[in-house]
Amino acid sequence: MMEKMIFGRYVPADSVLHRMDPRSKLTMIFLFVCIIFLANNWQTYTIIGLYTFLMTGLSKIPVRFLYGGLKPVIWLVVFTFLLQLFFTREGTLVFHWGVIKIYSEGIKMGFYISFRFFFLILMTSLLTLTTTPIEITDGLESLLGPLKKIRFPVHEMALMMSISLRFIPTLMQETDKIMKAQIARGVEFASGPIKNRIKAVIPLLIPLFVSSFKRAEELAVAMEARGYRGGEGRTKYRLLSWKAADTLQLIFLAVITVLLILFRS
Amino acid sequence: MKKEIVSLKDVTFQYDGQERNALNQVSFDIYEGEWLAIVGHNGSGKSTMAKLLNGLQFPKEGRVTVCGIELNEENIWEIRKKIGMVFQNPDNQFVGTTVEDDVAFGLENMGIPREEMIHRVEDSLNRVKMDQFLSQEPHHLSGGQKQRVAIAGVLALRPAIIILDEATSMLDPRGREEVLETVRALKNEKSLTVISITHDLEEAAKADRMIVMNKGEVFREGTPDEIFSMDEQLIALGLDIPFSVKMTKAFREKGIQLSKHYLSEEELVTELWTSRSRM
Ligand SMILES: Nc1ncnc2c1ncn2[C@@H]1O[C@H](COP(=O)(O)OP(=O)(O)OP(=O)(O)O)[C@@H](O)[C@H]1O
Ligand SMILES: [Mg+2]
Repeated sequence: MMEKMIFGRYVPADSVLHRMDPRSKLTMIFLFVCIIFLANNWQTYTIIGLYTFLMTGLSKIPVRFLYGGLKPVIWLVVFTFLLQLFFTREGTLVFHWGVIKIYSEGIKMGFYISFRFFFLILMTSLLTLTTTPIEITDGLESLLGPLKKIRFPVHEMALMMSISLRFIPTLMQETDKIMKAQIARGVEFASGPIKNRIKAVIPLLIPLFVSSFKRAEELAVAMEARGYRGGEGRTKYRLLSWKAADTLQLIFLAVITVLLILFRS
Repeated sequence: MKKEIVSLKDVTFQYDGQERNALNQVSFDIYEGEWLAIVGHNGSGKSTMAKLLNGLQFPKEGRVTVCGIELNEENIWEIRKKIGMVFQNPDNQFVGTTVEDDVAFGLENMGIPREEMIHRVEDSLNRVKMDQFLSQEPHHLSGGQKQRVAIAGVLALRPAIIILDEATSMLDPRGREEVLETVRALKNEKSLTVISITHDLEEAAKADRMIVMNKGEVFREGTPDEIFSMDEQLIALGLDIPFSVKMTKAFREKGIQLSKHYLSEEELVTELWTSRSRM
C-alpha cells in the first residue's frame, strides 16, 4: 500500500514530456511557479490554464492517474475557494443571508486563487509523473553543480538521495516483516485505543532503527571496498542529454511569460 | 612453482575498545590462481582478516603484501582495484538504484570513461548471466541474483583476487550453487585467485587449500584432505566434517576405492550406484 503511494507516482509512457531532460523539466517547473504569480485577470489565467492543459495532454498520463494523485489535494483547493469566498470584504455585495455575506471580489479571488493552486499542483505532479526519482536526482545534481564552488556538498546530497531511493523498498519490506513478527507476538497495530496504537509503533521503530544502522555500516564498508572516495575524480554512468525539444519547451515557456506580462492588468 | 599473490607476516590486529586481539600473529601466503577456503568459528577473525587485505583496516603489527605491494594508507586505492570483495548480506552491498547502476558504481569511483563503462557493465553482467536484468531494481531480485550482480560489480573492475566473505550464507541451496558456479567458471576463465570465507564445509572441501582459524590465530593450513583427516580436533573447534567426507573415509577404510578423494553428496551417490551396477 505504502509502496503505491510513493512509487505509483512515476507513470511510464512514451511522451514528449517523458523524453525531456530532467534538467529542463526542473527549470520549467521552477519558472512556472514564478510566472504563475504574474496572472491577475481572466485573460492571463486563461493563458496559464491553456498552457497547463496543453502540458497535461502532452504527458499522455491517463486521467485516472492524475485524478488519483490530485484527489487528496482537491479538498485543499475547495477549502481555499471557500475561504476567499466568505472572507473577502471588497467589491459589491452580491449575496446576503444571515451572517453570510458574499462580495463580487470574493467570488473573483476565490476562483483565481484556487485555480492558481490547482495549476501549480497539476504541473508539479506532471514532473513527478513523467520523471523517475533517480532522473530528478541526476537533474538536481547537474543543475546545482555550480554550488560546488561554494563548497555546497552537491554530490553527497545526490548520492544520499539515490541511496535513500534505493533503500525505501527494502525498508518497506523490512517494516512489513517486523510488523508481522510483532503481530504474531500479540501487538495490535490496527485496533484498540489510539494511545495503545501509538505505543505499538515503538516495537516497530526500534528494530527498524537498529537494522538501518547496521545496514548503513555495512553499506559504507562495501562502498569503500569498491573504491568509493567521494565525488572527486568520479565519472558518471548515467548521461543526461539536452535535446532540441528541451530548448523548444523553454522558449515556449518564455513566450508564455511575455504574453502574461502583456495581458496582465 | 606457485607464486604468492598475498602474504601476511606476523599480523596482529585489535579493534578499538576491545581487550582481545581480533588477530594474533597471523602469517600465511595465498598463491596465484588458487581457491583458498577460510573456515573457523564465529568471531575467529575471518572477516577482520579479509578487511586487512584491502585496507579497510590496518594491522597493529606485521605486514600485509598484495601483488608485491606492501599495504599502507597511500596505496589502498591501487590495492582495492586488485581485490574485489563480496559480502554476506545481498541487500547491504547493493548501492545502485538498478542493476546496471550498481555494477557501474565501482567503475564510476575509478573514473573510467563512460564508453568503457557501458562496455564493461554489459560484459560483466553477461558473465554472471544477469544481462537480462539490466534496468531491474534490487527489490525485484532474489538474493542469489543480487549476489551475482555484486560479483559483476567486482568483475567490472578486473581484479586479480576475489574475496567472498560468507557471500552465500544467506542464500538458499539453489542460490548458493548459482553463485558458486559463477565464481568457479570465472576463476577458470580469468585465472582469478579466490578467497572464500565460509561456514559451509561442503564448499570448503572443494577448495584447493584450506585455512582453519581459531580465536584470531591460524590453527591449521593444508589441503581439504589434510584438514579433514584431523576430525576430532575439528569437532573440538566447533566445526563439523561434511557427511560426504565422513562417508568417503568410511568407504576407504572398508577398502572400497573411489575415483576422487573428496566428492560432494551427489557425486558420491552417482559414483556408488554406477560402480554397483558394473558388478
Ligand atoms: N567493528 C568491530 N568493532 C569491535 N570489535 C569487532 C568489530 N568487528 C569484529 N569485532 C570482534 O573481532 C573479533 C573477530 O570478528 P570477525 O568479524 O573477524 O569474526 P568472523 O570470523 O568473521 O566471525 P563470523 O563467522 O561471525 O563472521 C570478534 O571477537 C568480534 O567481536
Ligand atoms: Mg565474518
